[in-house]
Amino acid sequence: MTSHYRLPEREGEIIDRSARLDFTWNGRNYSGFSGDTIASALAASGVEVFSRGMKYHRRRGILSADHWDPNLIVQVGDEPNVRAGHRRLVAGMHVSAQNVWPSLRFDLGSLNQIVGRFLSAGFYYKTFMRPQFLWPLYQKVLSRFAPGGRIHWDTSSHGLYDKRYAHPDVLVAGGGPAGMAAALGAADAGATVMLVEHEHQLGGHLLWGRDGERTRAAELGASVRSHPSIETLVNSTVTGRYDHNWISVLDRSHPVAPERLIRARVGSLVVAPGLLERPYVFAGNDLPGVMLSGAVRRLINLWAVKPGQRAVVLSANSQGDEALDDLRDAGVEIVAALDARIGETIVAAQGRRRVRKVTLGDGRTVSADLVVVATGWTAPTSLLNMAGDRPVYDPVAARYFPVSLPSEVLATGGIVGDGGTEELVAHGTSTGLLAANRALRLRHARRSALTRTHSPDRPAPDEMPDNRSPLPRVPHPECYRSTTHGMVDLSEDVSSKDLIQAAGEGFDSIELMKRYTTVTMGSAQGKLETVNAAAILAESNGVPLADIGTTVWRPPFSPVTLGALAGRIHEPIRRSALQDWHEAHGASPLLAGVWVRPDHYGDAQSEAENVRSNAGLIDVTPLGKLDLRGPDVPKLLELVYVNRWQKLEIGRVRYGAMVAEDGVVSDDGVTGRLGSDHWLMTTTSSGAGAIWEILEDWLQTAHPEWDVHVTPVTGGLTSINVAGPKSRTLLERVVTGVDLSPEAFPYFNVRQGTVATVENCIIWRIGFTGELSYELHVPSGFALHVWETLLEVGADLGVAPFGVEAQRILRLEKGHYIVGQDTDGLTKAPSAGLGGLVKLDKPDTLGLPELRAAYDRDDLPVLVGLQPVDGSIVPAEACQIVAEDSNEILGRITSSRMSPTLGRSVCLGQVHPGLATPGTVVTVLLVDGTRIPVTVMEHHAHVDPEGARQRV
Amino acid sequence: MIVVPCPNCGPRNASDLRNCGELIARPDPNTASLSEWRTYLYLRENPAGWLTETWYCRNGCRRYFTIERNTVTNEIREDGS
Repeated sequence: MTSHYRLPEREGEIIDRSARLDFTWNGRNYSGFSGDTIASALAASGVEVFSRGMKYHRRRGILSADHWDPNLIVQVGDEPNVRAGHRRLVAGMHVSAQNVWPSLRFDLGSLNQIVGRFLSAGFYYKTFMRPQFLWPLYQKVLSRFAPGGRIHWDTSSHGLYDKRYAHPDVLVAGGGPAGMAAALGAADAGATVMLVEHEHQLGGHLLWGRDGERTRAAELGASVRSHPSIETLVNSTVTGRYDHNWISVLDRSHPVAPERLIRARVGSLVVAPGLLERPYVFAGNDLPGVMLSGAVRRLINLWAVKPGQRAVVLSANSQGDEALDDLRDAGVEIVAALDARIGETIVAAQGRRRVRKVTLGDGRTVSADLVVVATGWTAPTSLLNMAGDRPVYDPVAARYFPVSLPSEVLATGGIVGDGGTEELVAHGTSTGLLAANRALRLRHARRSALTRTHSPDRPAPDEMPDNRSPLPRVPHPECYRSTTHGMVDLSEDVSSKDLIQAAGEGFDSIELMKRYTTVTMGSAQGKLETVNAAAILAESNGVPLADIGTTVWRPPFSPVTLGALAGRIHEPIRRSALQDWHEAHGASPLLAGVWVRPDHYGDAQSEAENVRSNAGLIDVTPLGKLDLRGPDVPKLLELVYVNRWQKLEIGRVRYGAMVAEDGVVSDDGVTGRLGSDHWLMTTTSSGAGAIWEILEDWLQTAHPEWDVHVTPVTGGLTSINVAGPKSRTLLERVVTGVDLSPEAFPYFNVRQGTVATVENCIIWRIGFTGELSYELHVPSGFALHVWETLLEVGADLGVAPFGVEAQRILRLEKGHYIVGQDTDGLTKAPSAGLGGLVKLDKPDTLGLPELRAAYDRDDLPVLVGLQPVDGSIVPAEACQIVAEDSNEILGRITSSRMSPTLGRSVCLGQVHPGLATPGTVVTVLLVDGTRIPVTVMEHHAHVDPEGARQRV
Repeated sequence: MIVVPCPNCGPRNASDLRNCGELIARPDPNTASLSEWRTYLYLRENPAGWLTETWYCRNGCRRYFTIERNTVTNEIREDGS
């Protein structure tokens, strides 16, 4: 079954040859083994071309054979942009090439190679600018250049993404020898550790190393796995480091969720990502068959794939030398072994489908199908950048090194120096010890900071000095570009010629050049390209590379899907104790803020009519309810409400309106005095949470001397409004201990009594609907009993439930405004019609200077009742009120409904003060452009403006 | 996300609390001119450096407290109030 590209079984290979996995590639059947990546399985089947370049659509093959490989981005089923160098093969996958049309083999986009001069640096900004009227056409052309796969809108197979919070003392990013040693060092020192490895198993570069290295990796891995204080996550990536060591980890190894975003608050972060190999720039360096030494080592040693037949190898370091051994071992003929340390180089590679000929630095041209380059390393310092570091270039080692790190971020491994396995392990261990010491000291300090004396779990360890012996830096030749030009950024198709041209046009700082040419802005996000781009800029500017600097690497370290960011939505919805009943009785749900409420039970108009003729019940539990106790409650109410409260008697309720410090209406509600030091305050449903916070703010920060205690009871008390002419008759049947007669219990009074045998209910007589009406506040555990009893004993009276929509109709008929609906973020108290309610002579009230200023003005809008002349038209809410003969805006409709009581439409609206005189006919511009005449009414109330019905 | 030390609840994610902004004195509403009042409403020092600010322990003990925070480094000193 093995193809001739798959080598005989090898020590250390990670494929399971007994588990064959079938899949398709561009519609044709292929197979690989368990343990293969998509790319290794295809390479083992002889596939050489995986994608096309973004601009010129040149054929592209394996470059680095890992997550960062810009050429290995494919579509898998309905999932776009899958990294075939990293994603493990799964049986039944449908894999296809992206960014090709009509096919990978014959791609019309490759014609771009002929017109390539139009696609050079900054072509986005130059080519498609004029004539402007052609822009829609240009846009169509340009959108074809956008690489990437296809999104399937109807996809549903991706399952639930998830999120998680974690609090390890130490988080180690990177599971190579140094990272594993750091995890073990920290865990042995008493820290809890999370070890995150990007690849599918621990070991880092040791995995594709020699026998001794693989054995060492296995030993370290076993120690890590068996350590009780270390949690290991493989196939997971540390994607960001934020303030106070807030770390994001993308976990792709969860058994159920395809991806899970972990947010970790970490004591110490140990950064041990190792090194990434960087490509070499020369003519033809993007041809299939040109690979990094790491890619061939991985292909041969991990997946037993023969990467080519005849190889030219250019090596500047020991990994290149080891790749040479691996190639020989795999039976690849070495046509030329070039040593960059003595100045040997490659000048050009040529071929169509794949490399065929290679021109060497000494002028020879040889025949080869594989070019392997080992020309240097990029330190992936992203996480250190995010911690504020700006790494500096060392010309001796030909790579960047960290400079200064905050104490809670430590680095180890290849990112800080070179060394053999044991040197890396030693540095990792001492880094782990230091990280644990700092993390445990922080943990101790945080636990000790609590005023409630939790004793910390153990004494703080003494501060450990950083006396790690630094890893050496091995000299490395500076190999960036040969004598020819080639691709620098293979994901964005940016060549060294483009960069030099951009520098010549004045974009000669690395940040400008990046934005102008899009170099480093592709799928690898600079992991492969940044250093080469900086080196070519240095060459063009004639300055040392150290003077160029690098672009700042920001989060995320590797792409994060939107699914992972969204995760599982944790937004609980509040339900009153009656919501189950509502749903069982046909209520249509309405999401109102954090609550779900009954909108209507089938017909809101008839529900409203029933309130006017009989009696109705509505569940108004979301109404904010604050239980206020203490002698200084009146002072608090005087401060937060615009009106007076000092003289409210026990047993009375009063309406209050609230403004913010800028004079804008912020909330309203009724407050009742239940006892000498006991009050119940209600707020709007949407304002319940915010008003509680505002009260606490004033009590805690401005008036700590006031003796007031605030308890929110919004959910604890279920609120039932009983409204309608027969509501007193209804309540007389169930209320005991309260005289309900109009003389004993008049309008705007409050009593406490027993309702349907439930004691301690609060009953107040108010009238949002404009009818005779009582609001019952019942302990929520008994709410269903009270609700059902009311319906049962009131059946002969025609008592029926009504929903939020009927209530809106009723309150609009009555002209009661709703804060936030009929007012907005600019509506000051006089505009809301609060008129004489506002007392400007109080010693202190919120927004007092603004209120005074507002009452001095005559240009503020006015809230008025409005009725369309044609009562059959209901103008949509938010329709503009405009001048008669132009579209000058003079106001707007804030609420509108068809009134079942009047049989005509009724509205509230804000109008220019010049239009507020009753009888004025204003023009309303409807959504469809029609202009209709609407009359300004004398009162807000359309029904019963005298209030006779509610006072009976 | 930064960690904010609540005097009651200890160090907490900032998302557990609400930032109420720079500490600013409220003028006497009966004597303040409109322009002094609007300075109180809208104008802030917004320093690059140490700032005294109020936080509200919204998901915890519901205490308002002030801390000093360096807006450049997010280093925090507890004010003790």
